[in-house]
Parts: sequence; C-alpha cells; structure tokens
Amino acid sequence: MDDIVPISPQAPERSLPSLAEGPACPAPAPITGEVQLGHGSGGKLSATLLRERFLPHFANPALERLADAAVLPAPVGELAISTDTFVVHPLEFPGGDIGMLAVHGTLNDVAMMGAVPVALTAGFVLEEGLSLALLDRIVTSMGLAARAAGVPLVAGDTKVVERGKADGMFICTTGIGAVDPAFRPGPERARPGDVVLVSGPIGRHGMAIMAVREGLAFEAAIESDTACLVPLVAALRQAAGCGVHVLRDPTRGGVASAVNEIAAASRVGIELDQPALPIPGPVEAACEMLGLDPLYVANEGILLAVVAVERADAALSALRSHPLGAGAARIGTVVDVHHRMVVMRTAIGGMRVVDLLPGDQLPRIC
Amino acid sequence: MKYLSEYRDPVLARTLVGRIQGLATRRWALMEVCGGQTHTIVKQGLHDLLGQAVEMIHGPGCPVCVTPLEQIDKALMLAARPDVIFTSFGDMLRVPGSECDLLQVRARGGQVRMVYSPLDALELARANPDRQVVFFAVGFETTAPANAMAVWRARQLGVGNFSVLVSHVTVPPAMNAILDSPDNRVQGFLAAGHVCAIMGWTEYEPLAARYKVPIVVTGFEPLDILEGIWMAVQQLEEGRAEVENQYVRTVRRQGAPAAREAVERVFQLVDRRWRGIGMIPRSGLGLREEFADFDAEVRFGLGDLAVEEPAECRAGDVLRGQLKPVDCPAFGTRCTPEHPLGAPMVSSEGACAAYHNYGRYRADQPAGA
Repeated sequence: MDDIVPISPQAPERSLPSLAEGPACPAPAPITGEVQLGHGSGGKLSATLLRERFLPHFANPALERLADAAVLPAPVGELAISTDTFVVHPLEFPGGDIGMLAVHGTLNDVAMMGAVPVALTAGFVLEEGLSLALLDRIVTSMGLAARAAGVPLVAGDTKVVERGKADGMFICTTGIGAVDPAFRPGPERARPGDVVLVSGPIGRHGMAIMAVREGLAFEAAIESDTACLVPLVAALRQAAGCGVHVLRDPTRGGVASAVNEIAAASRVGIELDQPALPIPGPVEAACEMLGLDPLYVANEGILLAVVAVERADAALSALRSHPLGAGAARIGTVVDVHHRMVVMRTAIGGMRVVDLLPGDQLPRIC
Repeated sequence: MKYLSEYRDPVLARTLVGRIQGLATRRWALMEVCGGQTHTIVKQGLHDLLGQAVEMIHGPGCPVCVTPLEQIDKALMLAARPDVIFTSFGDMLRVPGSECDLLQVRARGGQVRMVYSPLDALELARANPDRQVVFFAVGFETTAPANAMAVWRARQLGVGNFSVLVSHVTVPPAMNAILDSPDNRVQGFLAAGHVCAIMGWTEYEPLAARYKVPIVVTGFEPLDILEGIWMAVQQLEEGRAEVENQYVRTVRRQGAPAAREAVERVFQLVDRRWRGIGMIPRSGLGLREEFADFDAEVRFGLGDLAVEEPAECRAGDVLRGQLKPVDCPAFGTRCTPEHPLGAPMVSSEGACAAYHNYGRYRADQPAGA
C-alpha cells in the first residue's frame, strides 16, 4: 500500500463551525413530528432538517463546508466508484436498518474491487409523514456505520416526496475507493483449479427481512448479517495477496447468482459442494417451510472469494481469524468443464445445476 | 437439522440405491405423482444415483401446471378490476395466461397480493371492507382443507366481500386417466404423501386392484423417495399390486378425518378440465350450492371462457408422463423459465422447470461425456 496515497478529506481553509461540537446539551428533548413537504423546500425547514438531523451524525470538514460539491485531494492511481440504492421495507429490521445497510452495501461494493474506500456520498428521498424520530435513528445508525468504517460521508442531498410516493425513505449512496495496483481481484479472473470460499453463514439478511415483512415467527429469530467487509478484505489481501482472484458480496440473488456471474465473466465452470454450505439452522428451516432455496436469499455481510488453490488454506485461516469470518468455509471449486454453468454436488451425492432465477423466488403452494 | 438432514443422509441413500439396483431384474417404469417429489428427484440428483435401475416418469401432481388456462385468464380479469384485491399463493403469480401473468397485471396497477394462507386473504377482506377480496383456490387435496376453512369462516363471520376462484383438482381420477390411456407405460406409482395425509389411501386400493399396479404412499425427502421406489420395485418383482405406506410418520389409512370433513362440507366433486390433459369427469372440487355466494365466478358473472392453449406447448404429454421435458423440441430454446410456453416451465413443482433449473447439466452431458 506504500504506493497508494490515501485521500482523506482535508479541512477547507474556512470551514463552518462544526455543528457536532456545538454547546453540549445534557438531556436532548425527545424528537417528535414528521417529515413535511416543506422539509424539501430549500427554505428554513430544509436547513433545520439538515442542521439538526443530518450534519451532527456525519461531522467532517468536507461535508460541513456545505458547498455545492465536496472537494477532495486527488489520489494517485485509479479510483473504484460504486453507486447503490436502498429501498428496504421495513426501514428497521432485526440486525440493522436501511441506514447502516446503505453504508455497508456501498463500502462492500468498493471493497470487492480490492479498493480501500475513502469517501461516501448519500442522497435521501424522504416520504412526507415519515417520523422524524425514526429518521433520526436511521441517520444516527448510518453515521455510526460510516465512522466505524473510518470513511467520511462527504456530500449528500435530501428530497421530500408526497405521502404515498415513497416507502418511508430511499437512500442512494456512492462510494469512492483507492485502487491498489498490486491487488486487483475481478469477476473475470477465476481460473480452473481455484477454490471458492464464503466468509460466513448464508441467507440471513433475506430471511430476516422476509420474516418481518410477512409476519412469520420462527423459533429462533433470524438477524440480518449486514456488516462492513472492508476489514475482511484487508485480511484476505494480507494472507493471499494476488492469489485472491475474485471477490464478490452475494447480495440480491444470493450466493447462487454471484457464482453464476463469476462463472459467466470468467468463462469457467463452478462446482459447489452442498454439504459444505454454511446454512444456519433457522434459515434452513424457514426456507424449507416456505419452499425457498437459501442459495438465492440475499446476504449483506458475507463475501465470496475465489482464491488460487495454493493460497486457499491461508485465505481461509485469515477469514476465520476475523470475527466477521468465523463461519468461513470452502464451498466449491472452479473447473474447466461446463463453462459458464454452476453445478452442485448434493448432500445425497447427486449433481444439479444452480442457475440464475428468472425473477424473485416465489414461495410454493404446498 | 431435525427432520431434514436425517432424510438426506448420503450413506443411507447409497444403501437404498444399492438395494434397488440389486432387486431390479429389469428397468421398471415408476411415476411419482407429485411435483414436489419430481423436484426432489431432480434437485437432489436422485436420477443420477439411480442409474438404469428404474425410470422415473414425472406425474401430473403440480397444481400450478394443471390449472386450466381459462381459470388463469379469469384470475387475470379479476385481478385487473379496480374494486378487487386478488390474492394467491406465490406459485401462481408467474403462470402465463393467454396474454400475460398476474405479476404483469400488478405492474399495470392491479392489486395482486401473495399470501401464505387463504385465512390471510380472509383477514385482508375484513380489513378492507370497501374492496372485494378474491382468493385463487388452487391445488390438490392438500390445500383444499385450508381453502374450505376460509370459505366456512367467511360465511360464519358474514364477510360479504370475500370470495374464492376455485380450481381444485383431485389425484385419483388423474391416476385413473393415466392408467386408462392406451399408451400408458407406468408400472407403479409413488402416491403423493401430503395428499394422503389429508385423504388417507383407501381410494387408491380399488386402483391398485383393478389395474394391478403397486401404489406406495411416499414422502418428499430423498430417503423417502428412495424407500418408496424400493418398496414399489419389491412389489413389482414379487408380482404384488398393493397400496403400501412409506410415509408412516405423517400418513394414516383414513387420513385426517377433521380435514376431510371440512372439505366435504364446503366442496363437492365436479368435472374439471386439466391444463394440457383435458376434461376429466368428477376430478375437481367445486363449492357446494350453499356456498355459492362465495364463488367468485358467480359473484363476478365470469361464466364460461373458451381459450386455446399455445399449440407448441406439449405440457399435456409431459404431465401424462409421455414426454420427458428435455425431449420436447421447445425445451430450453423457445420455452424457458423467462419465456415459458406452458405452466410446467414456471411452477416450482413443474417438471420442465425442474429439468431446466436443476437437471440441465445432465441433459447437456450425455453418458460418457
């Protein structure tokens, strides 16, 4: 990393006083009220919303300048840029909320390119009537997630739409990362003989959301796995370096879709080993009951790594030595047959294709 | 996991496969009736393990696949009405009607909701008294008791804005039709365990006796299916033709009397068209006269619809076990899950979808490849 100049937002010469460091308030008044159309007017209500609900949670000099654009030092080398939009319902769910999800999801996408995230931006579409207390919880959580990852949110925007025109709130985030020329994983780099690793148990985010959304109660509560994968990528880089050929966070579409995309981009076949898949008991039970396949259920805090076979053990140990990767497993192999197709050796010893789904998974009749 | 991993044990599976292979003196042709069983066979790769010992012919037991096109079109008409909230199990949403499917109707503004139980649809009706809530009551005997309960409860509570679009079918008449067919090749059946959990197996006894065909009531996990095959092959090798029960942890000879009673109170046997197969007399369930108020076809005056199946779709041959999905000329080319010609390519229990989603590796790799 010596050849990479980290870009961290520098304080402009004349910045506004930091709002987060204002006079200490011993007991903040409870937040009441709802988002109104006026909050998006650009007038005083907008300014109050920004000052009271957003800036305190994202305090950093580049943002607090409140200019039309954040100005950052230019890095040496290449940038990785990723944009993502978050529309989850409910806004708060077991294990997380839309705010931390937006931060994690965007940082993870940047990290999957082997890049080190250096800045985030966020656009918020708020629905008229959204509880300000809920908004505050979500923005607080988002600020904490960004701070925990050490990545400043340097620019943002809010808009308010009429009641019924949005599902509470939508968040659109962009992440910028500095690319390390010596560590360039990419979806097209899987080679026959490589090993497929997964960093933790699969299916938790999707089933946590489904359980809440559909009012399904399972014996053991399922929590979303939402997490920032940047430290895991750093561990992998350290342990296996350029032996890490592909990194992918299997979000929408789950592990099955991610491995299919890798097989297609790299023009190889991939063979998964069903008994090796780390599927938590409650996820497996919920999926069985609903007729869903955990391989297609979304994850927000695990990564898939395709690693050269000679570095696979080191990579697996590195994952397992990190708390986020304690449940890491070796789940498959890249092969030189059935190109662009993923097959799976089933628990019972048979073979099946693991294909992309045409649309959402639909629970079956009986 | 309890009740799951035990039934997917690879060592026991290989033992059962070895027994089947050791027992079979010829290649027997067995039909698994239920689409859930078809999916286990293909998804778990059981057909790979079995090799040449038995040929599994896939049966008509996919409720989504056999729901006639005119009922789907009626569902689409209802779902498009601004005064209707149309509710359905998830499976039905993507099944093609003559022109579109329920998901497309929803995208165009129709109120289409997926529910897990007809009782949820009834709750929706109570919560939306200014709307008509219609539930698409499809399925075999398995889903009939819950659907009967919803109608029963709607009448009891006086929920006037709830109705059901019924397209229920029953298994024994379909087996009868397959056995009566002059080109039938089925020598033994794995009966659908969940249907028998409701209905028991007494109605299969005359079939076994009349057509001299073994019928084994079978579950849905890999070991269930392998044991069911083993029991059927035993009967065939010994020249027996009886109804036996493999699925002892769930099925009793009399089924579930309370559930049967619920079905009998609300439904009666009616003639029913099966998609791809045609009219089978007394093969469906329709609402009894005293529940006609809850019949969506009556309430909305839907009447008879005459629609044509796409000529290229050979779903009927697939559903009767005459054609393997991979042998259909349209399979994987002009008919895919994204652009299905017929329902078996859509449903999670459809044989064509099973082969396309899970079995293509085998189809693409002929023996020796």
